[in-house]
Amino acid sequence: MSGLSAALIALIRRDMRLVVRHPSDIAHPVMFFVIVVALFPFGVGSDPLLLRTIGPGVIWVGALLATLLSLDALFRSDFDDGTLEQMALSGHPLTVLVLGKVFVHWCATGLPLLVVTPLLAGLLGITGEVQLTLLGALALGTPTLSLVGAVGTALTVGIRRSGLLLTLLVLPLYVPVLIFGASVALAAEAGLPTVGHFYILGAMMILALALAPLATSAALRISLN
Amino acid sequence: MLKAQSITCVRGDRLLFQDLSLQVHPGEACQIQGGNGVGKTTLLRILCGLSLPESGEVFWNAAPIREDPGKFQSDLVYIGHSNGIKLDLTPKENLAFALTLHSGAPDVSIDEALDRVGLSGSQHLLCRVLSAGQRRRVAIARLYLSRAPLWVLDEPLGAIDAAGVEAIENVIETHLGQGGMTVFTTHQPLRLKQSAIHTVQWSH
Repeated sequence: MSGLSAALIALIRRDMRLVVRHPSDIAHPVMFFVIVVALFPFGVGSDPLLLRTIGPGVIWVGALLATLLSLDALFRSDFDDGTLEQMALSGHPLTVLVLGKVFVHWCATGLPLLVVTPLLAGLLGITGEVQLTLLGALALGTPTLSLVGAVGTALTVGIRRSGLLLTLLVLPLYVPVLIFGASVALAAEAGLPTVGHFYILGAMMILALALAPLATSAALRISLN
Repeated sequence: MLKAQSITCVRGDRLLFQDLSLQVHPGEACQIQGGNGVGKTTLLRILCGLSLPESGEVFWNAAPIREDPGKFQSDLVYIGHSNGIKLDLTPKENLAFALTLHSGAPDVSIDEALDRVGLSGSQHLLCRVLSAGQRRRVAIARLYLSRAPLWVLDEPLGAIDAAGVEAIENVIETHLGQGGMTVFTTHQPLRLKQSAIHTVQWSH
């Protein structure tokens, strides 16, 4: 078992190092997120009430699309340079190694999205408790997006130009996260209890945490075959 | 002992090979021969358990490799068509990761392995700036760091110069002398002085 945890830590350190050497990989989804959200007031007008109402939805859709944009990089380079087949032949359960890769992916995309969210929420007039609720929902929801996205990425990694197929596979699974994630802030805005939404977001994350790595590693083996 | 029994492989609607059997005993090398596109790489991937054959079974020490892939893989080093190295890491970082991933306990240090493949001067450069042959040498360095009995090598000599080829011949020879097994493909002749190479060959 110590061999497995050493391998997992080495994989996480390797991927972190690769992220640090390619900071543009982090910057790209975050820039996309910032641009999408910042453009909205220009499109819909600067009515503060309107912006506050659609704001959580805009931020959630932006975060979701930014995650989608970053997914292809999750396994693509490992698949192309042969390190993925070395992982598959390492004698360690691929399920656990996949979890390490998804963790780094979340650190490189989900976490930066969370960091810039207060700024963007402020821009749309979402402040105080509603902003905190929105952040909490994103913190619970973005890992689910990474985990579920990994399954779709693993299925399509063997296909060139798989972007459209990946979107079609993953987007239906993202919709429940979007619905509950965005409605948390709306409920908070209306002064309604939000704990139920958080339970559901948490349940979705735990479900994804339990099942997605299994599905991802099975899909990777199919893609390698 | 590695044994493949009546392996049939179909890719798409093309039959690559049918009823192919081979055995590799300790101390033996087995060369897979055939022209481009006959399925040599596919056969090697089947022997490693990366790909599944249409029918037939691969056995490692008399047990099907599908039964306990973890046990089999810990006895295996596979150097595939792709080098399995990250271009944004240095040779040393790549080898350190490979070593931890495969839970290796090598006899030689990573520095020494890099020295033996002639990369001691380039160990702190990113693999991105190395030539194709040097990148191949990084992958080959894993052989020095391994004590696994079975080596499966897909075109190990690709892009390697004459001195490098001789070094690879030596490391394979030493491996076979210690009771190891090697299955490989190559289009260049591989000269092993002591050990016999038996070949598996087919064409369409």
